[in-house]
Order: sequence, then C-alpha cells, then structure tokens
Amino acid sequence: MQNNTPILEVRDLLKTFGAVVAAKDINVDISKGEVVGIIGANGAGKTCFVNMVTGYLAPTEGSIKFEGKELIGLETRKITHAGISRSFQVSQVFHSMTVSENLMIALAIANNKGAEALSLMDTPELRRQLDGVLDRYKLGDHKDSTVSALAQGVRKLLDIAMAVVSKPRILLLDEPTSGISVEEKFDFMDIVMGALKEDGVTVLFVEHDMEIVARYVNRVLAFYQGEIIADMPPKKALADKKVQEFVIGKEHHKKKK
Amino acid sequence: MFNDKTAKFILLAGLVLCVGGALAPNWIVNQFMFGFARALAILGLMVLWRTGLVSFGHAFYFGLGAYAVAILDIELGVTDVFLRLVAGAVVAGTAGFLIGFIMRNYRDIFFAMLNTAISMVLFGIVVKTESLGSTDGFAISMSTILGFAPETKYPLFVIITLIGLTSALLVNFYLKTTVGKLTTAIRDNEIRVEYLGFSVAHAIHLKYTISTILAGGAGALMAMSLGQVDPESMINWTVSGELVFVTILSGPGNVIAPFIGSLVFEVLRTYAFELAPQAWQLIMGATFLTIIFFVPGGIWSLLEKLGGKKNAK
Repeated sequence: MQNNTPILEVRDLLKTFGAVVAAKDINVDISKGEVVGIIGANGAGKTCFVNMVTGYLAPTEGSIKFEGKELIGLETRKITHAGISRSFQVSQVFHSMTVSENLMIALAIANNKGAEALSLMDTPELRRQLDGVLDRYKLGDHKDSTVSALAQGVRKLLDIAMAVVSKPRILLLDEPTSGISVEEKFDFMDIVMGALKEDGVTVLFVEHDMEIVARYVNRVLAFYQGEIIADMPPKKALADKKVQEFVIGKEHHKKKK
Repeated sequence: MFNDKTAKFILLAGLVLCVGGALAPNWIVNQFMFGFARALAILGLMVLWRTGLVSFGHAFYFGLGAYAVAILDIELGVTDVFLRLVAGAVVAGTAGFLIGFIMRNYRDIFFAMLNTAISMVLFGIVVKTESLGSTDGFAISMSTILGFAPETKYPLFVIITLIGLTSALLVNFYLKTTVGKLTTAIRDNEIRVEYLGFSVAHAIHLKYTISTILAGGAGALMAMSLGQVDPESMINWTVSGELVFVTILSGPGNVIAPFIGSLVFEVLRTYAFELAPQAWQLIMGATFLTIIFFVPGGIWSLLEKLGGKKNAK
C-alpha cells in the first residue's frame, strides 16, 4: 500500500505570531499510504502544522507541496479540491440538520462542481452513495437524528465521514479521539481507520493518546516548541528519550517503569 | 420542478386565484396585487434569512425596481408590463450583483446595517434630485399588456399572481439544488462549507443577487399596481423595516409563506388604519410582538402546526 514517492513535501516551514514562534524548521516528506501520528504537548505546534497544510493559516515562510503542486496561497476550498481534507478537534458539522442531510450536502458538493451546483441535490445516485457512507462509518442508526442531539463520538464520526466523501488523497485528523470515552476509543478508531484503509487514504492525525498512536500509526512526528524533535516509527519514537521528556513527560515515563 | 406538494399547491393556488380574481370586488383584487407584489421581495429576504442574513436595506432594490419603471415611462414611454418588470429586476439585480462583492464579506449586524446605509444614500439622492421627482416622486401611466390597454385591474392582477407564483416555483426549485441547500448549512457552519470545497462568499453572493432581482421585480410590480412612485413609500429605511417585518410574520418555512404573510400584512394594515388612523402602528407593533413571542416561526409554522394536528386526528 505504502510507496516511497512523497505525496506531501514540507520545506523550511516557519510560522510566527508577532514575537511568538509557533512553528519553525519543519521539513518533512509524507509518502503515499502512510499513517502518521503527530504528537506533542499542548502548544507544541501540532494543530498549527495541520492548519498550515490545510490552508487555515498562512505560513510566514516555507513551502508545502502536494503531489508537486505548491499549496501556499491557495484558499482552503482549493486545497480540498486538490485532494487534502481534514476533520477538526471540535467537530465542524451542520448542527441543525440531520446526519443524512449533513452527508448529502457533503456528497453533493463533492459530486456537483461549478454549474452542476444548480442541479437538484437529492438524486437516486446520491442516495446510493449516502447509504454507502452511512454503512461504512456505522452511522445508519443515527441517519435521521439532528446533529445537535447526538453524542460527541457520533459527531466526530460524522465530521470525518464528511471530510472523506470528496475522496481525498490525504486526510488530516485533529485529535479524532478527544471527547470520546476510553471504552469507545478503539471501536471508534477501528471504524475510522478501517474505512480509510479501504480507500487507500494517506492519514496524518494529531493525537495525545499514546495507546492510539502505538496501535494505529506507522510513523510518528513529535513536536516540541514548534519544531519536529523526532520523526521515526512509533515503537522507536515512544522509547526515544527526547520524546519521553518533552512529549510524554518524564514523570509519566518513571511511573510506567 | 412540479412533483412536490409545494409545487402542486402553487399551481392549484394560481388557478384558483386567477378564476377567483375575476369574481372578486376591486378592493380585494387591489389587496392581492399589493400583497403579491411585495411577496416577491419577501421571497428573496427569506432566502437570505435561511442563510442567517437579515438585510435592513432591501428597499434600495425595491426602490430601484420602482424607479426604473417610472423613468422608462417618463423618458421612453415604455408601458408594457413585461418590459417594465424585466427592467426593474435587471436594474436592481445588476446593482445587487455589484454591491454583492462587498456584502458577501459581511455578516450579522454589519450585513444588516451596511444594506441600510446604502439604501439611505439612494433615498438622499432621490429626495434631493429634482429630475428624479424629489419628495413627490412620479405618477406612472397605466401598464399595457403586449400592446393591449386593459380597462380593469384584473389582467394586471393575473400577471402579478402568475409572476409571483412562478417566482415561488423557481425559488422552491433553487432551494432543492446543491447551492440552494447551502442556505442552512452556511448559517450553521461556514468553516465546514469551505472545507467541503464550496465558496461561502460565492454562495452568499448568488443568494444576495437573487434577493435583489426579486426585490427589484417587487418594486416594479408595486409601482405598476399603485400607479406612482415616491421615495418615502419605495426607498426609505421604514420600507426596508416593513419588508423584514413581513418576512418574520411569514416565516422561513416554505416559499408559499411570503405570499400568505404579505397578504395578512396588507389586510392587517388596511384594517388597523381604518380602526385607528392615528395609532395604526400600535396595532402593527402589537402584532409583531405577538409573532416574536408566540409564533417565532411565523404564520407558516402556525399553519404547519394546524396541519399536523389535523393529520394526527
């Protein structure tokens, strides 16, 4: 599944907010099919990195190339069109609508480009696609429920499902398991990662839960004070001294011993 | 386009109204003409409201439509009802499209008041310009229909009814398209719409332009119904407030609502004025308060509730 041609190339990325340096010297290549865990303490620059790749924040300096095409300067929707989607730490969905309506809109936008947006949204083909998404993300039981009445975990699933209907080549997930109970987190991730694997999507996800990182990723990027301090396989990363000191925390490591 | 309940109801209502109008007394025909002319503007405001946008300045476009009719009449002698309507809608729609480049960047109170500011500029220009009729405005000659000069108002009533209901059908279709469905989605979460790959600015621009075309058409039809235009009753900010009032009174639930709400408003205002000529605003204000407190979804939500109860029985 994974090949070594970089799908995403990030070079010398710098982001400053006045005197505050949120990200610096970020150089990383992501290959097709990789599942990358982005870890770091709060304020380490993880979400800042995701925001820069997806166009929410403009970097101060540097370059982000996706399949050889420069992304910097592109609007968020153009980045989505290019093939990069994302979900959010706080799920970004349409709260007054049902799960089906949310997904129908996402599917309709993905299917109807340009003048096609003026064609009827509710078609048999879109309904068929909707059933497929509901099935793969186990959202069928909630399809007629209004989002505002749903549990956080279901909203998160919906958020991710909406992000992937455009068939992105890269998906960035910002803390997918935050707000999800310990008992549910593996079931949740099994659904998400299973569906994404089927689609062959390259995944980068920000995560604080090291159990999730150890179980689902094949590469870890550890951030500290805006820089990448470790870029290695998960086992090695979680045993790395710098990662233990600046990301996991020394005290935590000692307790485990 | 015609295969849903709303579309079927609109077609049936059109037929009933056109037949009923032939038998109805003149004052009822007038009420319907004024009500349905205004309803076009309300239809546009309803599209904006569903998107979470309220304009307190659409009298600008309403007035542009009305004044386009008057100026065409005075300068070029154009009396054809269809030419007048198209002129009103095109002038207002062109202005709306251009102003839309600014409006699409604003939300909430800034969107509402920026529209008010623009309408006040037009009001000031018209009031101070002698060639635009100043405060007196203009009288408009009777409309002709494809060269035929009707002796009664009934033919104009039929045209206004058919144009109103055709617009309702078109908006009903639009609201079912992908971009039409983005009304509530944009109100709920603009960030998600952008990340799904759709430009919120473009969607709002389109909705704004549609609303201005409808307001211009409404102004043109109102000018033809009244036989005159003047800044006070066509462009002033109170007219914008009145349009918002009727939008809330109608409710955003269905494209039929603006027509019912606008008719109710017309009848209410007529009777309030007859009952209390010096204090008719008191009755209108009390009605507005009642709607906001007890029926926030407008008359349409009340009809839905009644319909639901009936179905439940």
